[in-house]
Amino acid sequence: MYTEKVMELFMNPKNAGRMEDPDGVGEVGNPRCGDIMKIYIKVKDERIVDISFETFGCASAIASSSMVTEMVKGLTLDEALAISNKDVVNALGGLPPQKVHCSLLAEEGIQAAIEDYRAKRKAGVEAKA
Amino acid sequence: MTERYVYMDHSATTAVDRSVLEAMLPYFSEEFGNPNSLHIWGRKARKAVNEAREKVAALVGADASEIIFTGGGSEADNLAIKGAAFARRDKGRHVITTAIEHHAVIDAFHWLEDQGFEVTVLPVDERAMVGISDLESAIRPDTILVSMMYANNEVGTFQPVAEAARICNDRGIIFHVDGVQAAGHIPFNVRDMGIDMLTMSAHKMYGPKGVGGLYIRKGVKIQPIVHGGGQERGLRSGTENTAGIVGFGAAADLASMRFTDGSIEEEVRLRDLLIDSVTSSIEDAYLTGHRTERLPFHASFCIGSLEGESMLLRLDAAGIGASSGSACTSGSLEPSYVLLAMGITHELAHGSLRFSLGKDTTREDIVYVAENLKKIVADLRALSPLWKNRG
Repeated sequence: MYTEKVMELFMNPKNAGRMEDPDGVGEVGNPRCGDIMKIYIKVKDERIVDISFETFGCASAIASSSMVTEMVKGLTLDEALAISNKDVVNALGGLPPQKVHCSLLAEEGIQAAIEDYRAKRKAGVEAKA
Repeated sequence: MTERYVYMDHSATTAVDRSVLEAMLPYFSEEFGNPNSLHIWGRKARKAVNEAREKVAALVGADASEIIFTGGGSEADNLAIKGAAFARRDKGRHVITTAIEHHAVIDAFHWLEDQGFEVTVLPVDERAMVGISDLESAIRPDTILVSMMYANNEVGTFQPVAEAARICNDRGIIFHVDGVQAAGHIPFNVRDMGIDMLTMSAHKMYGPKGVGGLYIRKGVKIQPIVHGGGQERGLRSGTENTAGIVGFGAAADLASMRFTDGSIEEEVRLRDLLIDSVTSSIEDAYLTGHRTERLPFHASFCIGSLEGESMLLRLDAAGIGASSGSACTSGSLEPSYVLLAMGITHELAHGSLRFSLGKDTTREDIVYVAENLKKIVADLRALSPLWKNRG
């Protein structure tokens, strides 16, 4: 049912866990539907220098979280925003059709974290002004 | 890879017992005859089918003439429900079932609805038990059939079958029981209990897949759904699955033996050990279903802040076979309708797990499962944004 890559990342996820003092946090999904993805980022010079996730969900949700965090680590924010759920699915070697929404959460989670970072930064700049 | 393998999904299916397999083997190649043939080959097969019918009947206190063999539990449920509804549709069009039935029952009722029958679905309480007063108030003058499972497959709870039977018997309503999970696992007598029809499945009691049985009390008339050569008293046409039926008979014998040798009592002890271990060693872990009025081999839980499929796959990697009613395992976005009918929240229902023990389960297996589950839950909770109780 799952590819080897999905199982490998599900069993040994990378970048897992909560981050202290993140610059941006994005949370998507809801517990009623059975999956929530929370992405934490640290940003320096418009680049994602550190990232981690917490995910409540099935194996594909956890593997998608692990994969997307690996993919965007080191990218500029604009480059990270260009990563789509299709890119995540391809990197995982595919997902079963009913699990593709998990990869969408990964895409949206990154977007939400970057939006949060930019909103905070804007608020910070305005506060200083 | 893993230390050991522990199969704890006997509610899904069981291994064919060695004694059952040996009883079946001659009926594939040596005694291959069609039981409906007059010659010696046919007569030998007929004798084997008849003996198996005696054994299955004896398991539930029925007469052999009251047992119909089918192609499985789902078929037997369909035959009972559709067959009884159509045989009695001139007497009324109202039929009753419960919110937690197996799909073989629920979907048969939905089909009846499409055919112009009116269906009432009884609710259950938080332990998955139907209230007898709810049944009494749902009954109308035009009610012709009630179907209620003996024990639930997901949460193990027994229904008040004997009381429900009495109520139906008093009012001349046909009472069908889906006994797929219970038959062969707890002793009961259809006649004493007043059950009109009972569904059984061989592969849930160490028999082969593809063979079911339907007890139909003498005097209860139903319509067939498979028409043809008139086998099984015209209620299930098609050449009998001789080897499978012989296997069912052998499985029924094995089950009857287990009722008297202390096996069930030991199963209950192991089940309780698992329930106590899980609920005492894992925070925010709850037993689902009734604590005592449940199948002797069945332990089911909801684990807070986690999703069922992820736990199943981690258990699988540790060599443990279990199951879950989470959305991700059902292929839909909704978690189990059984858990939701019990009033369990969506969030908690996503974290459901079922362990169903078998006759070969040992105390060491229980300890292995409890220890691994504890570790898996801790590992996955470290990933869960819902888990707040971290140090």
